[in-house]
Amino acid sequence: MKRTIFGNQLLPWLLLAPQLAITAVFFLWPAGQAVWQSFLRQDAFGLKTSFVGLTNYAALLGDAKYLNAVQVTVVFSIAVAALSMGVALMLALAVDRGLRGARAYTTLLVWPYAVAPAVAGVMWWFLFNPTIGILPYALRAVGYDWNHGLQPRDAMTLVVIAASWKQISYNFLFFVAGLQAIPGSLREAAAIDGAGPARRFATITFPLLSPTTFFLLVVNVVYTMFDTFAVIHATTQGGPMQSTTILVYKVFDDGFLGLNLGASGAQSVVLMGIVIVLTVVQFRFIERRVEY
Amino acid sequence: MFRSLSISPLALLAAVSVAQAQTEIQWWHAMGGELGAKLEEIVAGYNASQSDYKVTPSYKGSYAETMTAAIAAFRAGEQPAIVQVFEVGTGTMMAAEGAVYPVHQLMADMGAPFDPAAFLPAVVGYYTDTQGNMLSMPFNSSTPILYYNKDVFEKAGLDRDTPPKTWEEVEAFSRQIIDAGAAKCGFTTGWISWVQLENFSAWHNQPIGTLENGFGGLETELSVNGPLQARHWANLKDWQDAGIFSYGGPGGGNDAPPKFYAQDCAIYMNSSASRAGVIANAKDFEVGYGMLPHYADTAPQNSIIGGATLWVLQGRPEAEYKAAADFFNYLSSAAVQADWHQFSGYLPITQAAWDLSKDQGFYDANPGADVSIRQMTLNAPTQNSKGLRFGNYVQIRAIIDEEFQALLAGQKDAQTALDDLVTRGNALIRGFEAANK
Repeated sequence: MKRTIFGNQLLPWLLLAPQLAITAVFFLWPAGQAVWQSFLRQDAFGLKTSFVGLTNYAALLGDAKYLNAVQVTVVFSIAVAALSMGVALMLALAVDRGLRGARAYTTLLVWPYAVAPAVAGVMWWFLFNPTIGILPYALRAVGYDWNHGLQPRDAMTLVVIAASWKQISYNFLFFVAGLQAIPGSLREAAAIDGAGPARRFATITFPLLSPTTFFLLVVNVVYTMFDTFAVIHATTQGGPMQSTTILVYKVFDDGFLGLNLGASGAQSVVLMGIVIVLTVVQFRFIERRVEY
Repeated sequence: MFRSLSISPLALLAAVSVAQAQTEIQWWHAMGGELGAKLEEIVAGYNASQSDYKVTPSYKGSYAETMTAAIAAFRAGEQPAIVQVFEVGTGTMMAAEGAVYPVHQLMADMGAPFDPAAFLPAVVGYYTDTQGNMLSMPFNSSTPILYYNKDVFEKAGLDRDTPPKTWEEVEAFSRQIIDAGAAKCGFTTGWISWVQLENFSAWHNQPIGTLENGFGGLETELSVNGPLQARHWANLKDWQDAGIFSYGGPGGGNDAPPKFYAQDCAIYMNSSASRAGVIANAKDFEVGYGMLPHYADTAPQNSIIGGATLWVLQGRPEAEYKAAADFFNYLSSAAVQADWHQFSGYLPITQAAWDLSKDQGFYDANPGADVSIRQMTLNAPTQNSKGLRFGNYVQIRAIIDEEFQALLAGQKDAQTALDDLVTRGNALIRGFEAANK
């Protein structure tokens, strides 16, 4: 690798300055404020402030609704990652088999990714609306009384489908690229040795896809934890009975609607910790252990 | 400005000189759609009526968004002079001494004409402190009433001009309607929290919280888990299971109005300000109006209001407060109030506006339009029916919805749901007390 040597000590800092300034203004400053806020108890208008130490964190751990949000987030993340990656992998394998019109097919599958999360949420909300939606109408015909306004299971199903739908496109693209990077000769050799399609997938394709799969797993978990706010806000608003309130939604609920900035700040700090851990996992652990 | 520049430099000059002479104030509000257009019309009327002040309304989204935007702006020192805050935010605003400029004080300081006695006590009582001083200016106040489908009633063999008066009648009428095949469900409702718990309690003269429903101080506790409320919620659960009642969703109950408009449900309880919407959507049937039902073994008291008031925020230049006081004076005039009331279904806030509407023959031409006022003023308000005032009430409203959903989903019985609601709500009230000591 070519190394650039700067003669002047100032120049590298100057070149970095715009990026550092952006990081400081848009990340370090608000993050620092959230940390500071999490140690305070304050009324909505910021007129009366008192330092309360770790009280806000202690309250979180004792709050059954917060622990519920942790649980909901875990279920939601696993379900969305499994569904969106599973479907995307199947679609990618179908394209990789040399289907006629694979290109048109690929383009169509990538389209949903361009839909804004809030729009996707509203669309699914319409489709699944217990009063005016078409899917509950169809489900009722087969004897299932769909009501995500009252049944936690239905609500979770709805947000998982709505959140996965968009993410399938993204995962699909990466899987297609990953599959194309696998040399055809390996699979052909296995085929000549008498391995069937299932065996070829299990012993050659899937292991060679593992870097892509691991990468997508982390990306998908980050996506479900932090980018699905709009989907949930547009469909269930965290209900019924907080059964679809993920951690990010609870930050919004307590901070933005409840104006309880101390609790909201403490939750943000916990979330920040989770992001840091996930990032470290991605860079340190996965990038090194996965065989390329 | 840009437009005037492109038209002519002279117009620009004129605009600048007018802007210098005028004091402009910001009014952040949450009225979308037709109500928003009407609000702009009222403001335009005010701006045209004089040349010293100019009010600039801006729509900031839902009630919760508007309130949050104003509070965030206050923290950043960019607050508007006037902000519209919904009734459940009242506790938060009142506790924010130093952030709000109480209306009675504003009017006195600015020397604006102001007679607290001109306002309807049932409306302003909600927004006065314990000494009876008005803290905010009522703008859009409503109270829930009962709407029913006259045609469905007739089809089911009921009298089309007799709405149910008691919950027993609601149940009996509903059964008859369903059995006759006139409609699929008996009744639905908007706002479980506001209509089926808060107003239900006030209407039956049951306490919502201790210390006069929270009017008496921050040490208040919820007490809405009494036997009558438990009986009502247990009934709602049974009626939901029997198909007599159909749940319209949390918050305002967005799924409720379509059920009534589509004639799925024969009876519908919601804000009197829904009247315009009901009339616009009830194209294929005739709508009747009635007061909220009560249980036959109790006498109805009076209902309480919802809606929003206008709060003045501190920290603006003196001239802007002169403008705000002058605007409030205009806003509470009988002509403006009567117009707004007749258009929207919100309650008139002054006796003069009510009288003017009567003189104009509005109630004769629009039967049912006065049900809300008669229900509000049915009896002199008691400690239980003045209104309610709790901190963190936006979140407590959400808890009410959650516990009601747990009840309907069969996870809890009515008494347990209400007990849990009270426990969770009290924890929030204690948190608010601690933050505002």
